[in-house]
Amino acid sequence: MSAGTNKIGVVVTDIVPLNELVTRFKFERADGGLLPTFSGGAHTVIEMKDGETTRLNPYSLMSDPADRHAYTISVRRDDAGRGGSLFLHKNVRIGDEMVISYPVNLFALDLRAHKHLMIAGGIGITPFLAQIKQLSATNGRFELHYACRNQALGSYVDDLTTAHPNNVHVYFDDDGQALDLENLLDGQPLGTHIYICGPKGMINWVRDTAERLGWPREAVHYEEFLAPQSGKPFTVKLAKSDLEFEVGEHQSLLEAIEAAGVDAPYLCRGGACGQCETDVLEADGEILHRDHWLEDDEKESGKKIMPCVSRFEGRIIVLDR
Amino acid sequence: MSTFKFPPSITSRPVYGTLEPRSGKHHLMIADAEGAEALFDLVEKDPDLIAHAHIMYFPAADDTGYAEKLKAFSPSKLYVGPSYSAAVPRLRRILQDAHMGLQVYLAGTEGLMGQAMSEATNAGIPHTAIQTEHRGSVARRMQCVHCKGITENVVTDPFTCSHCGLNLFVRDHYSRRIAAFQGVCVDAEDPGNVPPKRELYS
Repeated sequence: MSAGTNKIGVVVTDIVPLNELVTRFKFERADGGLLPTFSGGAHTVIEMKDGETTRLNPYSLMSDPADRHAYTISVRRDDAGRGGSLFLHKNVRIGDEMVISYPVNLFALDLRAHKHLMIAGGIGITPFLAQIKQLSATNGRFELHYACRNQALGSYVDDLTTAHPNNVHVYFDDDGQALDLENLLDGQPLGTHIYICGPKGMINWVRDTAERLGWPREAVHYEEFLAPQSGKPFTVKLAKSDLEFEVGEHQSLLEAIEAAGVDAPYLCRGGACGQCETDVLEADGEILHRDHWLEDDEKESGKKIMPCVSRFEGRIIVLDR
Repeated sequence: MSTFKFPPSITSRPVYGTLEPRSGKHHLMIADAEGAEALFDLVEKDPDLIAHAHIMYFPAADDTGYAEKLKAFSPSKLYVGPSYSAAVPRLRRILQDAHMGLQVYLAGTEGLMGQAMSEATNAGIPHTAIQTEHRGSVARRMQCVHCKGITENVVTDPFTCSHCGLNLFVRDHYSRRIAAFQGVCVDAEDPGNVPPKRELYS
């Protein structure tokens, strides 16, 4: 069983549109009890019954980790995505019952750090909202640098700058404001840890700059959820389960395995945690690796696949599942 | 020859590597006695390091010119002191003023590297990001698990605790926090039945 597959029945108790793209959802336990506690940076996997398909999408928890009455998430609408965020925006109403997973944290604060330096891009702000609440309660030292398109699309900019005027720095792309990264990293005291959540380009930029300036890898943390991409349908055979079925155009391999009734392991569903790593027994075609878990040589070997985000193009792929 | 290959042991036992130049604007190098040779090799690999290097060096009593040779490199800063323990306040001050990106290189005896490592990790550098290279003596810094006293420069097994006088067996069990190996009473059940002393790794 997967660690993240303990489920909780919840009710949607509030929906707040924040701006043109982002909406906030609040969940409380359907049975009226308390939710499990979590730590800043954790995510939950939301189950969405969209007609015949069941979607399982991870979203960072942004509420106060100490508040066990409710969880909140903020969802950016992705019109070009496979439909999870659109489903939440369009189909979910206050009072709806939903199923979410226990929280899982793949982006935790390293509490040995003397200072936490957070760098957020766009909707990547959400895990930091929970981390900042956690640090505020324990007098932790932090600094947030938050880049977003403009004031109108800058979710929580006002809340953050009001609550933490000396710790939060905001950069609006449309106004030509940009983070002077090299200068920022250069003067940080020993014991500072960096946390990055945002687009891939931003994560790479910060990681590369930090490496060049001699920052230890252990002091640089990042989270990037990859959404599974659509692709050509293909046939998969599960050797152990003795099943053969099609993976649809807008379905991920993991979703197809689950739809076939096989309980496959997973945690992040975003190519980051490594939980769903599966051995490939045969592949008559090409594996399209999209995760950032497998090493390059493992990808080239064609013996491993991360079914949460990676796909296959060819006649048939046989998995050891 | 100042190098010694430690046989494989339990995971608790520290392992040492070979110092490699790393990118960064500041480089702190701490060495004792023959550890200087590891610094010479390091600087040979990247001569540009020396202009941004702060070296703390503790020569042996019979130093044969290592200190002079380090001086001749003209590093950004060089401190040559009588002992590591005398230099601890200085090291703490250096780490307090340092910024992320500082590279730390430790070379020489296990006692020196362990203690400097502990200061650097307390200052916030992950221990896996600190480079070490063993040179010179295989003498150990031992903690008596009974009285908690530290005995420096232990070269025999068993040895006598310099604090409580128990006969202690030299273990590979290591504490990063106190930068010492653990010494356990060897004749607790049969007092006086102490195996003959052997030189470490002889």
